[in-house]
Amino acid sequence: MVAFANILVGGVFHAAVLFLVAAGLQLVFGVQKIVNLACGSFYALGAYFGVSFVGYASTAGLSPWLIMPALVIAGLLLGFVGPPIERLLRTVYSRDESFQLLLTFALVLMFQDVLRFVWGPNPRSLDSAYLVYGVINAREFSVPVYNLLVIAAAIATAAGFGAFLQRTNYGRILRATAENRAMAEALGVDVRRLYAVVFTIGTVLGTTAGALVVPTAAASLDMAIDFVIEAFAVVVIGGLGSMRGALAGALIVGLIRAFAIVVYPEAEVLAIYVIVIAVLLLRPAGLFGRQAS
Amino acid sequence: MTRAPLALAVLVGAIGLALLPLLAPSYYASLMIPFFGYAIALLGFNLLFGYTGLLSFGHAMFLGFGAYGAAVLAGKLGITSFEIVLIAVMASAALVALPIGLFCVRYVGIFFGMLTLAFGMLFYSFLFKFYHVTGGDSGMRVPRMNILGLEFAQYNKIEFLAGPFYYYSLALLIIAAAVMWRIVHSPFGLHLKAVRDNARKAEYLGVHVHRFRLAAFVISAAYGAAGGAILGFRVGLADPELVYWTQSGQLVFMAVLGGFSNFFGPIIGAFAFTLLQDQLQSLTQYWRFILGAVLAVIVIAFPEGLAGLAGSLRRTLAGKTA
Repeated sequence: MVAFANILVGGVFHAAVLFLVAAGLQLVFGVQKIVNLACGSFYALGAYFGVSFVGYASTAGLSPWLIMPALVIAGLLLGFVGPPIERLLRTVYSRDESFQLLLTFALVLMFQDVLRFVWGPNPRSLDSAYLVYGVINAREFSVPVYNLLVIAAAIATAAGFGAFLQRTNYGRILRATAENRAMAEALGVDVRRLYAVVFTIGTVLGTTAGALVVPTAAASLDMAIDFVIEAFAVVVIGGLGSMRGALAGALIVGLIRAFAIVVYPEAEVLAIYVIVIAVLLLRPAGLFGRQAS
Repeated sequence: MTRAPLALAVLVGAIGLALLPLLAPSYYASLMIPFFGYAIALLGFNLLFGYTGLLSFGHAMFLGFGAYGAAVLAGKLGITSFEIVLIAVMASAALVALPIGLFCVRYVGIFFGMLTLAFGMLFYSFLFKFYHVTGGDSGMRVPRMNILGLEFAQYNKIEFLAGPFYYYSLALLIIAAAVMWRIVHSPFGLHLKAVRDNARKAEYLGVHVHRFRLAAFVISAAYGAAGGAILGFRVGLADPELVYWTQSGQLVFMAVLGGFSNFFGPIIGAFAFTLLQDQLQSLTQYWRFILGAVLAVIVIAFPEGLAGLAGSLRRTLAGKTA
């Protein structure tokens, strides 16, 4: 029972990070109809930059208690990479989706070397700085408070995002553009600007997730290509373009991984793809997606 | 394209490749082995992508199937004839592709890509995690085999690869291309194009759309396995990296680099990619960045690839002289 609680929190923590990245992927797909393979690269970028940023900040005298806000700021600062990449993607909006996928694959390759150039080939980590927030201990059950804070942050993001999309004017415009771009444009929406904004939000979600995960796991070059595939599994399970789907998918993938590692480690990754395939076969549009016409 | 200049170009290409081991250092000859492997795999891949309009993002699965198949057949079961191994992996890849394809071909576009990606990753995680069966991340050894029943024992591995095995692979590529040429120019190939251009109309005209897509998928799987067996033989190892999704992305890269709307595009793409990667790797450790930039430029500015570029160049030249 004790182990169960530990695994559960571990799985939900993983799901929280996955959700942030998948939400960015969903937003960009929902509005721009582009499947962005580079979202894993944004995640890795956020992780590396988070390490450096906290490093600078603490030599400048940052209180260790402010490490989490500092990481969030690091993630937000990286939003500047969004607009130029969106500008690049603009060249293929009207093209076949295979070209769009390939262009983002090109970005993945380029990002790999940018990260290697700036931060070198070795993994970088923040050594257990997150323990400053303490650990909750109850007999054998123990969980770092930091992990709970990240889970809370992801829940807050999900709630805030839902409110933004459903209740604000800009959220309505965004959804209208996702629904029918030409009509939105005819009604006076500056679609170009909106696309730049949407892509930047997607980027920031990825980089912030990367920054938040770095106290618990080292930033490495492989995380970009490993994580994007997991985020892919999340959106396929949840349904492309659906925010609720991203949440459900992230929970499913996060928990399956956490339990598989304990129960049958060989099946850790295998189980995820078995579910992906099952979902695609039974409900091709995903659990929360709309059936494609 | 008119037949005569095309036939001439193919002949010149084949003769050039045949002379290469005599003229270039043996390093380049053995570098061409992966090219032959990739080219064969891409011929199959392009039957699916270029001719049927289905973008598979998990095609490295079949490369891996060929390489691991060779490792099992030659390494574990002790079959020493490369031909038997080749035929066996192609047949079993086709057999495996049948149920997978049955699921996948119900979808097109991004969903087909994702489903193939998921199957590819499924196979990858099996290879990577089931250490006691597959050797995990250290892979499985692919021992040296006979070709055409001859052992070539007097050659060491490099001489063997740069000599007999080079010509053997070249011959395989020519046979594979000739067979594929027959396939795409047969009524079957025309059906595939009809399915690609307008599936609903094709269905209306009585074409069994799913059946044709499935056939293309199965054929491409067999080609992929043949290419994978050659790749595995060259390195002497089948490792899970060969199946990872980035490898599938690389296959798509090569097809687009060469130009997937042209029959010879994938072969040109495999050739250009192999040389480019080799040269860049010796120049800089940041070769991925340059490859990515090349891919971005191709996608944005030259969607027809190198073959399309050559075609338009030829047309402008012809326009000037006329």
